[in-house]
Amino acid sequence: MSDTSVAQTGEPLKEGLAGVVADYSADKTAFQVPWGKAMMWIFLLSDTFIFSCFLIAYMTVRMSAQDPWPLTSEVFSLSMGGQPIPLLLIAIMTFILITSSGTMAMAVNYGYRKDKKKTFYLMLATAILGASFVGMQVFEWTKLIVDEGVRPWGNPMGAAQFGSAFFMITGFHGLHVSAGVIYLLVVAFRVKNGFYERRGNDYGIVEVAGLYWHFVDLVWVFIFAFFYLW
Amino acid sequence: MSEGQQHPLSIYYSIWILLFVVSGFSYAVDYYQLQGTLRWTLILIFMFIKAGFITAIFMHMTWERMALQLAILVPPIFLMIFIGIMAIEGDYTFLTRIEFFTESDFVPFIIILGQHINFF
Repeated sequence: MSDTSVAQTGEPLKEGLAGVVADYSADKTAFQVPWGKAMMWIFLLSDTFIFSCFLIAYMTVRMSAQDPWPLTSEVFSLSMGGQPIPLLLIAIMTFILITSSGTMAMAVNYGYRKDKKKTFYLMLATAILGASFVGMQVFEWTKLIVDEGVRPWGNPMGAAQFGSAFFMITGFHGLHVSAGVIYLLVVAFRVKNGFYERRGNDYGIVEVAGLYWHFVDLVWVFIFAFFYLW
Repeated sequence: MSEGQQHPLSIYYSIWILLFVVSGFSYAVDYYQLQGTLRWTLILIFMFIKAGFITAIFMHMTWERMALQLAILVPPIFLMIFIGIMAIEGDYTFLTRIEFFTESDFVPFIIILGQHINFF
């Protein structure tokens, strides 16, 4: 009853476009994946549109701003040994998020190998990296608000729209990372405590959590390109 | 299908390294202060390479069935229309501001053009 895939009819699944037609016209199941995964993908699709709205709004206000847009590589530079290095903190944050994406991919892989211990530690590492990303973002916000005087309604460097766009986009992304850290920790400790082992030894949920985490990384790729580098 | 997505670890390692290298490249674009067309072309290329590999390999999209691939990957294409509409809107707002809200020390092109037409 729980197995919705392959064998409702016993026939082999078709591939390519014929497979699309067959899947969509199926009586019960369109997507041949566990329901959790299909729902996560649909949630991520809707989230894609939310982040797109933010980034498109940012494009619109930046295009229509009369004052010059603040130079991000100067605003986000960090002094190392008395010499400012452009975007240093942002670069470190980018590498941390990529590293966490890698550990998450490993965790998913070991989950499917039923290796409880490795899955747990890799997910824990992912959550710790995510938490340190949020910590760096707090540092970045503090520096911007306290030292540089950036506010949602204006800033000393140029176009007033810079502040609101920055706080909305990175704030919403930071919220996603924070939620992801909690989600990962919950799943990680359930893996460790044998919660999934008792439920048919199925670690598909690790992949679903992984999809969310990779999406957070994916959004950062776009924010990095459009907000920090452009 | 019940075993889900299981792939050799080497694929993940190579994509991981590739993401690091490409991120290094896009950081280098800013570090060496490349400007103009070259800058945004490179930013977009590196961005799409990274986004593509994360979706295809880390999120296992390559190995999913086509029905799921189409359901997830086709709708975002319509965002291109949204971007186009809002780019026109942003441009229009900018021109309107130049026309009506500019201080007297800056004379917009359209007014200069109008004076020339009157002059002749």
